[in-house]
Amino acid sequence: MPSVVKLFGALGSSASAVVKCSGAMTASPEPAIEFRNVSYAPHGASEILRDFNLAIHRGETLVLLGRSGSGKTTSLKLINNLVSPTSGTVMVEGRSTADWDVIRLRRMIGYVIQEIGLFPHFTVQRNIALIPNLERWSPERVNARVRELLSLVGLDPQLASRYPRELSGGQRQRVGVARALGADPPILLMDEPFGALDPITRTELQREFLSLQERLRKTVVFVTHDVREALLLADRIALMESGRLTALYTPQEFKLSKDPLISAYLESAATDVNADGRGTP
Amino acid sequence: MNVWHFMAQNRVEVLDLTLEHLWLAGVSIFIAVLVGVPLGILITRWPVLDKPILGSANIIQTIPSLALFGFLLPAPWFGERADRMAILALTLYALLPLIRNTYIGIRNVDSAVLEAARGMGMTDRQVLFQVQLPLSLGVIIAGVRVATVICVGLATIAAAIGAGGLGEFIFRGLAMVSNAVILAGAIPAALLALLADFGLGLLEKRLRPRYQ
Repeated sequence: MPSVVKLFGALGSSASAVVKCSGAMTASPEPAIEFRNVSYAPHGASEILRDFNLAIHRGETLVLLGRSGSGKTTSLKLINNLVSPTSGTVMVEGRSTADWDVIRLRRMIGYVIQEIGLFPHFTVQRNIALIPNLERWSPERVNARVRELLSLVGLDPQLASRYPRELSGGQRQRVGVARALGADPPILLMDEPFGALDPITRTELQREFLSLQERLRKTVVFVTHDVREALLLADRIALMESGRLTALYTPQEFKLSKDPLISAYLESAATDVNADGRGTP
Repeated sequence: MNVWHFMAQNRVEVLDLTLEHLWLAGVSIFIAVLVGVPLGILITRWPVLDKPILGSANIIQTIPSLALFGFLLPAPWFGERADRMAILALTLYALLPLIRNTYIGIRNVDSAVLEAARGMGMTDRQVLFQVQLPLSLGVIIAGVRVATVICVGLATIAAAIGAGGLGEFIFRGLAMVSNAVILAGAIPAALLALLADFGLGLLEKRLRPRYQ
C-alpha cells in the first residue's frame, strides 16, 4: 500500500520524499494555480495577505500551513473567487480569476470546509449529486456517480437516503469530500477539513485522503494549522505567517530546516505527540 | 334573548358575515404574503434597506387600527370603497410578521451551508431557491400564522367603516347594548382566529421535514 508507505514515511523514515517528489515532477510546466503579487485587504481594514507569490503544480498536494489569522483561508478563497484580490492576480488554469465566469470557475473546483456545510434538507444522495444535478447530468449518470463516490470515500451506499444529521461527524466529512468530487473537478480546495473530528477519525480520514489522492491525483490545496497533518499529506508545504509566504518546502526539507519558526512548529508537534500519544508508529 | 338563540335565528346572516370576514382576512393575507415575503428576501440582499423597511412596517403596526382607517380615507381608489380600504389596512398590518420572519429565516441559515453553496458554484438564484428559502420555510410559515391571526382578529374593526364581516354584529350589539348580539360576532371571530392558528400550526408541523 503506497499510502501506508507515505504515512510512515512522513512520520519518521526518509522514504517519503522520493515517493512524493515524483508526483510533482511529472506535473506539466504550467501551474494549475498561481498567485502573482497578490494582496488582499477587506474594505479599509489592514492587509490579510501581502505580496503573495506561489505556483501550485498540477496533481500535487500543497499544504498551506500557518496559525490562525495567517491568511491561509483567505488564500484558499481567492482561488475560487469567494474573495477577490485587492491587487495582483490569481491565475487558475492559465486564466485570471477575474476573467473567469465565476460559476464555471467554482464548478471546476471542489470545496471542502471544516464545518462541512452539507445541506441539511438534502439527503446524502442529493448533497453529493449537487453539482452533477446543476450541470443537468442524466439521472442514471448521477446515480452511478453517487454510488461510485460513496464507495470511493468508504461509505455504505445505503447511507444515500439518509439526511446529514443522521450521520456521524466522520461520515459527514466523507460526504463533504464526495460532494466536492461530484463533477470530478481537477482542483480541490480543503480548508481544515479534518479539524473538527476526533483524533482517531481524523487519522483514519487522513490515511484515506492519501490513498484517494494516490489514485485521483487532483491538484489539492489543503489548509491546516496542524504541522503533523501537513507533514503527512503534503507534497509541498507553504508556511504562512501574518499574510506572507515565509517558506516553501517538501516535508523532508521542512523537517531538516533550521528556520527558527519551523523549529517552533516541529517542537510543538513533538510535544503534542508526547501529550496525546498519537503519531508514533 | 341568549346568544345561541340569536345565532340560530340569524344563521344565514351569521354565515354571510363569517364568509365576508374570511374573505377580507384571506385576501389581505394573500396580498401580504405576495408583498411581504419578497420584501423580506429583498432586504437580505440589500442590507441598506433592512432598517427603513422593517422600521416602516414596525411603525404601521403601532398605528391604532381605527386611526389607520382614518389615514386611508383620503387614499385614491382605496378610499372609494370600504372593502378596499379594509383589505389595504389589514394587509399593512400583516406585513411586519411576514417581512420580519422571512428576513430572520434567511439570515439564520447556517453560514457554512451558504459558503459551501457559493463555493461550489451555485448561482445566487439557486442559493435562494434551493437553499435559503427551503431552510427558512418553517420560520416563514410561522410568520404567516401570526399574520393570519392578526388579520382575522382585526377584520372585526372593518365593520366600523362599513366593510362588513363579523364586526357588524359586534358594533350592532354595542349600539343595542345587547350582549347576545355582540357575542354572535365575537364568538365566531374568535373561533375563526383559533381555527386558522391551529390549521397553520398543523401545516407548519407537516412542512417541518425529517431533517430537523
